[in-house]
Amino acid sequence: MSIIDDAKMRLRRTMMFVPGNTPKMINNAALYGADTLMFDAEDAIAISQKDSARNLIKYALQCLPFPCETAVRINHITQTPYGIDDLKAILPSKPNLIRLPKTESVEEVQIATNMIEKTEIKENMKKGSINIICAIESVRGLYEVQKIAKEPRVIAIALGGEDFIADLRTQRTLGGIELYYARSEILMAARDAGIQAIDTVFADVYNTDGFKAEVTRSKDMGFDGKSVVHPLQIEIVHEIYTPSKEEIEHSLRVLTGYKDAIDNNRGVLAVDGKMIDGPIVVRARRIVDQAIAAGIIKRKDIQHEK
Amino acid sequence: MNYVINEASAGFEEKNDAFITVKPAKKDFGTLINLKSSVEKQYGTHIKNLISKILREKNYTDVIVDIIDKGAWDYTLIARLVTALERGNLK
Repeated sequence: MSIIDDAKMRLRRTMMFVPGNTPKMINNAALYGADTLMFDAEDAIAISQKDSARNLIKYALQCLPFPCETAVRINHITQTPYGIDDLKAILPSKPNLIRLPKTESVEEVQIATNMIEKTEIKENMKKGSINIICAIESVRGLYEVQKIAKEPRVIAIALGGEDFIADLRTQRTLGGIELYYARSEILMAARDAGIQAIDTVFADVYNTDGFKAEVTRSKDMGFDGKSVVHPLQIEIVHEIYTPSKEEIEHSLRVLTGYKDAIDNNRGVLAVDGKMIDGPIVVRARRIVDQAIAAGIIKRKDIQHEK
Repeated sequence: MNYVINEASAGFEEKNDAFITVKPAKKDFGTLINLKSSVEKQYGTHIKNLISKILREKNYTDVIVDIIDKGAWDYTLIARLVTALERGNLK
């Protein structure tokens, strides 16, 4: 598997936004256990501080040993004068991901892809070291999402809900009817392209019940994770995305049985009295990966991994 | 060699941050670093050495650097200095 394929599979239950010009927040960002830290050079940063945030993110990535995936939300590369400079400054610092905001065309993605590929060659990095997550934040972007999702460096699509509902001329509701179509469309496009879908932020940090309901709904729809704006939200998302004891045990039996069937050239496989086929093995693998990420089981203790 | 053309600043006087100002100095002045820091006793020498090193790496001379530090980590000091230098170099 290539490292781009690995990047498409990586566990991303939570992507936490960290304002890119606030050292205090950057220093502490890794303490809360988010799967991905998303340093923001875009909406969180005033126009007069774009240069400053760009440099702070650049040197933070160079100097601090972040224990998780790192991403940078840059400014739009064709609709603002900052995006290209963001990429030039930040790419050599090797973030795992670049988040393109308000993506509306394949061309934007290709500009970023070309710059990433040039940097990888120049910096002697493996191809696929830096990949792209595209945020869909407008109706125009949504109409292009199927093409955008199939660009080779794009490993996930995120919904940028706040801008999207502004474009729709409506407002956020707890039921989420206003984003239902966008979420569905993004999810289908992501799955069709074999990549991940990450749900939009929930800004009302202290409305825990509303947040839980929204995360549960987007997980049930099929989303791989949630963008979060506050450390308090991380544990809630991880809990909802953590599989139950029964699910984990069943999945482990599926994987052990599958390995046994392969080792012994047996074509048909049944676990717990049910026929097992490809999709069930894929799902079992996902559940086991989630359980490992949640610290419930350890990879070295798993029978089928030995 | 690079020179600061205009006085310029970057950063904030906030916790874990530093407010750094760079000013042009006369020809052959060299560099001068004025540091006010909440952790001067422990880290004063380290901070001055770090700033000198970055000025050398970026080939800057004839510059005065004023630092008001509120416990910034190294990456922040570097980023604020570099931003101030870039701003000070805009024509």
